[in-house]
Amino acid sequence: MKTYSLTENYIHKFDSTKTTIGLATEDLQVFYGDYHAMYDGNLQFPKHAITAMIGASGSGKSTFLRCLNRMNDDIATVQGKIFYQGIDINASNINVYEMRKHVGMVFQRPNPFAKSIFQNIAYPLKKAGIKNKTELKQRVEKSLKQAALWDEVKDDLKRSALALSGGQQQRLCIARALAMNPDVLLLDEPASALDPISTGKLEQALHDLQQQYTIIMVTHSMQQASRISDYTAFFHMGHVIEFDRTENIFTKPHIQATEDYISGNFG
Amino acid sequence: MNAKRMDKLATAIIGILVGIVVLILISLIGYILVTGIPHISWHFLTSPSQAFLEGGGIGDQLFNSFYLLILTLLISFPIALGAGIYLFEYAPKNWVTNTIRVAIEVLSSLPSVVVGLFGFLLFVVQFKLGFSILSGAIALTFFNLPLLTRSIENSLAAVPKLQREAGLALGFSRWQTILGVIFPEALPGILTAIILSAGRIFGEAAALIYTAGQSAPMLNYANWNPFSPTSPLNPMRPAETLAVHIWKINSEGIMPDASAVSAGASAVLILAVLIFNFSARWAGNRIYRKVTASK
Repeated sequence: MKTYSLTENYIHKFDSTKTTIGLATEDLQVFYGDYHAMYDGNLQFPKHAITAMIGASGSGKSTFLRCLNRMNDDIATVQGKIFYQGIDINASNINVYEMRKHVGMVFQRPNPFAKSIFQNIAYPLKKAGIKNKTELKQRVEKSLKQAALWDEVKDDLKRSALALSGGQQQRLCIARALAMNPDVLLLDEPASALDPISTGKLEQALHDLQQQYTIIMVTHSMQQASRISDYTAFFHMGHVIEFDRTENIFTKPHIQATEDYISGNFG
Repeated sequence: MNAKRMDKLATAIIGILVGIVVLILISLIGYILVTGIPHISWHFLTSPSQAFLEGGGIGDQLFNSFYLLILTLLISFPIALGAGIYLFEYAPKNWVTNTIRVAIEVLSSLPSVVVGLFGFLLFVVQFKLGFSILSGAIALTFFNLPLLTRSIENSLAAVPKLQREAGLALGFSRWQTILGVIFPEALPGILTAIILSAGRIFGEAAALIYTAGQSAPMLNYANWNPFSPTSPLNPMRPAETLAVHIWKINSEGIMPDASAVSAGASAVLILAVLIFNFSARWAGNRIYRKVTASK
């Protein structure tokens, strides 16, 4: 395997007067016990855009993503700052449960609750304090429409969510996350367990959602990154090697490692 | 010998071994049922037992067994549920947790007669509870807790980790996740665990001989005052259960039809345990299908 310099990097910086930043990290470090899994993560995620994170398995991209809504809290030690609306949400005094309602997450494998389709979305809303039945119905419908699932399930919302296909389940999980009205949506390889048709529907849904959300997704598929993302970050061995507009990453990357990875000459 | 023949041979040997197990089980259960079922009648199931005369039933013993079972489950289920949730969801991986686990394992392998004698000394004698349903229920709780805790823990562990993450990512606290997401999914397993433990409790005799006692005082089923000595609901009265009754008839029964009563009672006991087991499977599968919507 070729060795690439891990200190050489190119990170695009945004002009904060022109681009609104939805989420930003500063010197993010992750340790699993003694193992240093993520070094100096400094990234800005612009609002109303999709940022893809690519890289080989074990490059730290999922680890990085899971830090952004503190899902690594009990698993790893996370140092550094994560700024959301000017607040460091990685600070110890942050109400993690409240924060996660603003930074939603969808996982690699669909994980709907063993409840009805309706309850999958309504139950978390109820827990968040929404009791009004009309409002619950509206929010369920709206989020299912946003996730492009409404037409497929509207006649049978009482059906168990586990009876849906994998692709439908994953879109239900997106709807469930959206129903909480987050600003940021984190997706950890959301299409890796799906067939091409379901993937297409999912990507279409994400494309429609980017108008309103800051979307950050980890993907193994470079085609997917190039199809739907506006920005791409390339991870290698726990380092962010390059971050730029997606077309730049895929046509004229600044770093050799990125170019090799994109062209398949990696390692 | 080639691989194919070897495989056939191994399959045949395994088949024979399984056959032996099944044969023993079927002949045992079959013998008990065949000898016992002819003695079962409505009269037998509902009338009180006779110490010296023919024609005694097992009505009180049957009631006692069920009453003791319900009380035991009422005491042991909440404790086992709490312990199971703690052990699986909250317990840090350190020596304290390990000690608790070892203690539970030791407790589960304790001979039930030891549990009974311990209950006798502590509850019956020391706490002056006397030979009573309450003493019996506490002793059976000791007997039941380890296995029930373990199986509840296993049911919780069977729920995919992803479900926890789903809950947490939606802003649920850990407790909300357990209560609203994990527990409903673990419910079929937990229910099966309860029903199976019910079978064990129902058939237990040794732990009860010295705690719930071996006498069945006259009961008046119209008396619902739990403080009255003749009320069936009184938890402070001695209560001979079905399993204890069978043991007693066979060791010191002097009624002329002792062997018939024993055979009938054994068949009822076996039938009850079989019903518990099959209903556990049925209920578990049914809830599982309902929850997962699989066919």
